[in-house]
Amino acid sequence: MTALIVAEHDNDSLRPVTGVVAAAATAIGGGYDVLVAGEGCAAAAVEAAALAGAGKALLADHAAYGHQLAENIAPLVAEVGGGYSHILAAHTTTGKNFLPRVAALLDVAQISDIMAVVDEATFKRPIYAGNAIATVRSSDAIKVVSVRGTAYDPVPAEGGSGIVETFDNIHDAGLSGFVGESLAVSERPELTAAGTIISGGRGMGSGENFALLDGIADKLGAAIGASRAAVDAGFVPNDMQVGQTGKIVAPELYIAVGISGAIQHLAGMKDSKVIAAINKDEDAPIFQVADYGLVADLFKALPELEALL
Amino acid sequence: MKVLVPVKRVVDANVKVRVKPDNTGVDLSNVKMAVNPFCEIAIEEAVRLREAGVATEVVAVAVGGSACQEQLRTCLALGADRAVLVETDEPVHPLGVAKALKALQDSEQADIVLFGKQSIDGDNSQTGPMFAALTGLPQATFASEVKPQDGSLEVTREVDGGLQTISVKLPAVITTDLRLNEPRYASLPNIMKAKRKPMDKTTPAELGVDVASSVEVLSVERPAERAAGIKVESVEELVDKLKNEAKVIA
Ligand SMILES: Cc1cc2nc3c(=O)[nH]c(=O)nc-3n(C[C@H](O)[C@H](O)[C@H](O)COP(=O)(O)OP(=O)(O)OC[C@H]3O[C@@H](n4cnc5c(N)ncnc54)[C@H](O)[C@@H]3O)c2cc1C
Repeated sequence: MTALIVAEHDNDSLRPVTGVVAAAATAIGGGYDVLVAGEGCAAAAVEAAALAGAGKALLADHAAYGHQLAENIAPLVAEVGGGYSHILAAHTTTGKNFLPRVAALLDVAQISDIMAVVDEATFKRPIYAGNAIATVRSSDAIKVVSVRGTAYDPVPAEGGSGIVETFDNIHDAGLSGFVGESLAVSERPELTAAGTIISGGRGMGSGENFALLDGIADKLGAAIGASRAAVDAGFVPNDMQVGQTGKIVAPELYIAVGISGAIQHLAGMKDSKVIAAINKDEDAPIFQVADYGLVADLFKALPELEALL
Repeated sequence: MKVLVPVKRVVDANVKVRVKPDNTGVDLSNVKMAVNPFCEIAIEEAVRLREAGVATEVVAVAVGGSACQEQLRTCLALGADRAVLVETDEPVHPLGVAKALKALQDSEQADIVLFGKQSIDGDNSQTGPMFAALTGLPQATFASEVKPQDGSLEVTREVDGGLQTISVKLPAVITTDLRLNEPRYASLPNIMKAKRKPMDKTTPAELGVDVASSVEVLSVERPAERAAGIKVESVEELVDKLKNEAKVIA
């Protein structure tokens, strides 16, 4: 029994979530190898082979894989993964894009967004926006599983075999092409990896007002997130959305500002260690999950908070 | 150009579901059901493509129990031209649905198949890409903008890092994200008209597919509850608690 992990990376380096997936593989038991498919991604493969517990890293380096297009990545993963007991990837927009395609090519089910490994065939996963937790068992010969980014602490970056093998079979379906991207550039930590997050909702009133969170985020070394309403209103970009259908986060401290606490938002942040909320409505549902609630006008409270930190 | 829109019947997004006391599932008796919100966005996009003269026919399809007819009627009221129900009493799961839809696509030969990115009950986020794999079609998931080109679609996708634009050759699979459009409401005349629109029925057996699942649900439990917190009186008190009690800020 050995698992194949499909690494998440930006061609230069591994994303931290790959270490989380490696921790899930470790919990399954039986060791794991890591497939690193991309373009000019040899350095990421070296990092993958170094992960604690890693068998070998398989490097598939070709222009066809450069942008993780599912039509090209999925047949590669299905080909390489056919010899493994498990195929694991992160439940990120990258993993969610290619992994179901892999499962269908192998004619097996996928188990999405697992929060815990019970045994090699049994997993716990949230359903209904996290309002219920299902324990499910797969009878498939190959278990295809996507792992929630907050499920485990990442394995240490060192201790692996250091072996990198190259894989030369190229799959280029020629059905899709990369046109362009506009990626958020920020000096702040990534939302899904941040120890502290301060998020704004519709109550912020405008995109400009999100600047009220900047000084606080600077002082706390925090990432800035948002509710769907704030993204839909155009205050901030989509990559900041926390929730059932956005990003799942579980920082040490989550501060919700002008967010009512709809179930879809809670689904993305209620596993945070400590939750603080600032809302002018004392009956806002966010206070039912907040460890510390402050009933106040955010336009008054935020400058005070910044000054006190 | 034909657009096929698979839709799922799910618990309404505003319902807070309860786990059954015997831990076999969630209690769906007397709960309001609806078209999965992402599928509603897919119907809206398909109808807009027809209104823009790009598409000529919009076909809504559901795989599930006979009650799904209610949601298919809603889709017809929202502008779909006809509907197909693939009727089964088996619990539906992504691979089985993808197989049934593949069999249907073999005869429908749609140019665009527009899925929701996930259903808000199972939260699997699988069916669209699985269908794309089975049919060998390209996919553009989490779409926030779809621009038809000659023989292809240019699609902007909401990804974790921001936005990505890709081009996919037709026929193609799209899955919708929240910002693709804002679905309309069905007007009363359109609800009346929908009653007369055609709805075909078939079954997985007639389509020659096996929709049984290889995944067994052993139990369904309530998530761990958070202990009730406290209200603080001032920003000073909040900072003090975070520093000295929770010890989450320095
Ligand atoms: C299919 C689907 C998927 C969804 N996915 C997500 C998701 O992933 N993430 C998500 O967040 N939501 C999601 N939602 C939306 C969710 O249901 C809520 O609509 C949304 O979270 C509300 O955002 P909000 O709390 O910012 O806005 P509102 O609910 O409007 O709340 C604004 C809050 O701000 C407070 N406020 C206003 N002014 C001030 C002030 N001056 N000072 C202090 N407080 C103030 C108000 O009291 C209120 O509580 C989804 C919904 C659906 C149907």
